[in-house]
Amino acid sequence: MGGADGAGSAEEPPEVATRGTGPMPRLLGVLSAGLGVALLAVPDRLAEIAGLDHLPDHQTVLRGVGARELGSAAGLLSGRRPALWTWTRVAGDAMDLSVLGLALRTGDRERRRRLSVTTGVIGAVTALDLFAAVLATRAARANGRVMRLRASVTVNRPPDEVYRFWRDLANLPRFMRHLESVRVGGDGRSRWTAKAPAGRSVYWDAEIVEDRPSEVLAWRSLPGTLVPNAGRVRFVTVPGGRGTEVRVELGYAPPAGKLGRMVAKLFGEEPTQQVKDDLRRFKQVIETGEIVRSDSSPDGTDLRRHMMRRPAQPLAG
Amino acid sequence: MRANCWMGRNTVEVREVPDPRILSDRDAIIRITSTAICGSDLHLYDGYIPTMKKGDILGHEFMGEVVELGREVRNLRVGDRVVVPFPIACGHCAACTHGFFSVCENSNPNAALAEMVMGHAPAGVYGYSHMLGGFAGGQAEYARVPFADVGPIKIEGDFRDEQVLFLSDIFPTGYMGAEMCDIQRGDVIAVWGAGPVGQFAMASARMLGAERVIAIDRYPQRLRIAQENTGAEIINYEQTDVLEALRELTAGRGPDACIDAVGTESHHPSGAINAYDRGKQAVRLETDRPHALREAIMSCRNAGIVSVIGVYGGFVDKFPMGSLMNRSLTLRSGQCHVQRYLRPLLDRIRRGEIDPSFVVTHRMPLDEAPQAYEMFKNKQKDCNKVVLTA
Ligand SMILES: [Zn+2]
Ligand SMILES: [Zn+2]
Repeated sequence: MGGADGAGSAEEPPEVATRGTGPMPRLLGVLSAGLGVALLAVPDRLAEIAGLDHLPDHQTVLRGVGARELGSAAGLLSGRRPALWTWTRVAGDAMDLSVLGLALRTGDRERRRRLSVTTGVIGAVTALDLFAAVLATRAARANGRVMRLRASVTVNRPPDEVYRFWRDLANLPRFMRHLESVRVGGDGRSRWTAKAPAGRSVYWDAEIVEDRPSEVLAWRSLPGTLVPNAGRVRFVTVPGGRGTEVRVELGYAPPAGKLGRMVAKLFGEEPTQQVKDDLRRFKQVIETGEIVRSDSSPDGTDLRRHMMRRPAQPLAG
Repeated sequence: MRANCWMGRNTVEVREVPDPRILSDRDAIIRITSTAICGSDLHLYDGYIPTMKKGDILGHEFMGEVVELGREVRNLRVGDRVVVPFPIACGHCAACTHGFFSVCENSNPNAALAEMVMGHAPAGVYGYSHMLGGFAGGQAEYARVPFADVGPIKIEGDFRDEQVLFLSDIFPTGYMGAEMCDIQRGDVIAVWGAGPVGQFAMASARMLGAERVIAIDRYPQRLRIAQENTGAEIINYEQTDVLEALRELTAGRGPDACIDAVGTESHHPSGAINAYDRGKQAVRLETDRPHALREAIMSCRNAGIVSVIGVYGGFVDKFPMGSLMNRSLTLRSGQCHVQRYLRPLLDRIRRGEIDPSFVVTHRMPLDEAPQAYEMFKNKQKDCNKVVLTA
């Protein structure tokens, strides 16, 4: 059992399919870029269309807005921290709306008409930005909750045999204590059912996303599940006929609130220890054909529950 | 059924407990005919081994008759007479396939507990704390034997229980202690601890060709048994300085190999040194008292071997590393890989090379286990080895 965290894997942990931010931030980025370029290139013309051409220094103001738009475009298109950049757009919208409010004091009817149209358009954009920002923030929170675990074990079996055992996902509940069943469908998809506290069950659908026989197997829950999760297991031949290193990386994103606490319980209070116990049981099953039980641990390896166990007396009945 | 249970420091009690039952397909249930109290049981009795719980069934040396078998056990039949090795071994992990059964990687369901103390976990052992698996022991009427297709050896022929019982632990343990000494022609082997394990180490050293064997202890009765049965020369460390005596016996060389068959509760004739280790042990600054180990290292000849089969639980203090390193000593150790020795040692018994029953001084019913522990611990009535019958 060699199983500490961060056992020196070169690969990234598997990506958990949390409900993503979608294409919105990027679309807004493209929009910002176009507007920014236009504002810097032909500020006069745009000022006229928007009904702002009567303001003093309107060219400088519009160039400033253009520069700002280019800034948020760069941020949004970079793909990093979409929530932050979407919120800066909302702030920019608020500034624009207040400038328009000032401009609306003009006496010129034709300008007032153009300004009202502009305000309407900016208002709609603001609503869109707000919506996108809220979505992006939620996604960022879910990603922040993603738990990543690593553990590894060496088993005295060749990689192809270990891979085949694992590839038959229906075998997983034999050693993963929180799983009730994994039913494999014909389309490469599978339905996983886990035991939840208070006799309840939680289930999700998953797909295999990486499959190199005797080397790597990775899976990921399908979008829309309660507990987005993903896993990857690598099978590494140990030189000298010493068997196979089984290196597991897991990630899951528990939901917030009461439900999240229930899910946390489901995965155990000490999730890393639970994964290590799972791997210990995996080794027992594949090497000896059974989970090793003793009189004080009739359910087998489980450090978390061990401390509360009875003394080593035979079981009643 | 009746079983001898650990109830706390210096307290064991024979109690009525539920019968064991088959938990896995490779299990067997054995009706125990003979079981013994091992010197290492005294470490439990004295409270030096962590993770014992009130009610734990003791005993790791036992034999008996198969009364029930799991579906996967094909090498045994109900009614077979078997001796059960004390380390529980799966037979399929890397350790087992290389013959290192006492460090089986699968048989200890509480391995994580042992890892906290030892870094990596050894195998599960019957009746020897939760750190070593929490398996019920064999000082009982019945015992569950996991991996029964790997461990127990079937006994055929008309041996008495006492002749084969010690194959489960102390005979192979002593034998492995001698084997680790790589005995060459002319070798002098010194053994610290002339208890039953030490006596078997001496007898085995003889069988493996040692020229001379030296027994070191303070109990005249044990030294006498060793002398009579293994031809050992004897040193009573309460009367003689051991290092001096060994130099004298070997004309300055020191023994070629030294076996520590004492372990954690060793005793030192100097009151001050004893007090030092007992004091540190009491406040948990060290868990083991290593006088015998220190002395074995200091006594061993240059480039010799120190073989440790006495049981240690945790950490020792004042370890003579400088002596070990500068003098090219080799330190070898291990709980016995009993499964490896069962057949060859049974053959030696069959050929009449040794009759292991020479260690037995007392036979008592299981119900008298508390008195037996008391007597064995305090070496009352010249007690050397107790066999309990259910
Ligand atoms: Zn023993
Ligand atoms: Zn094993």
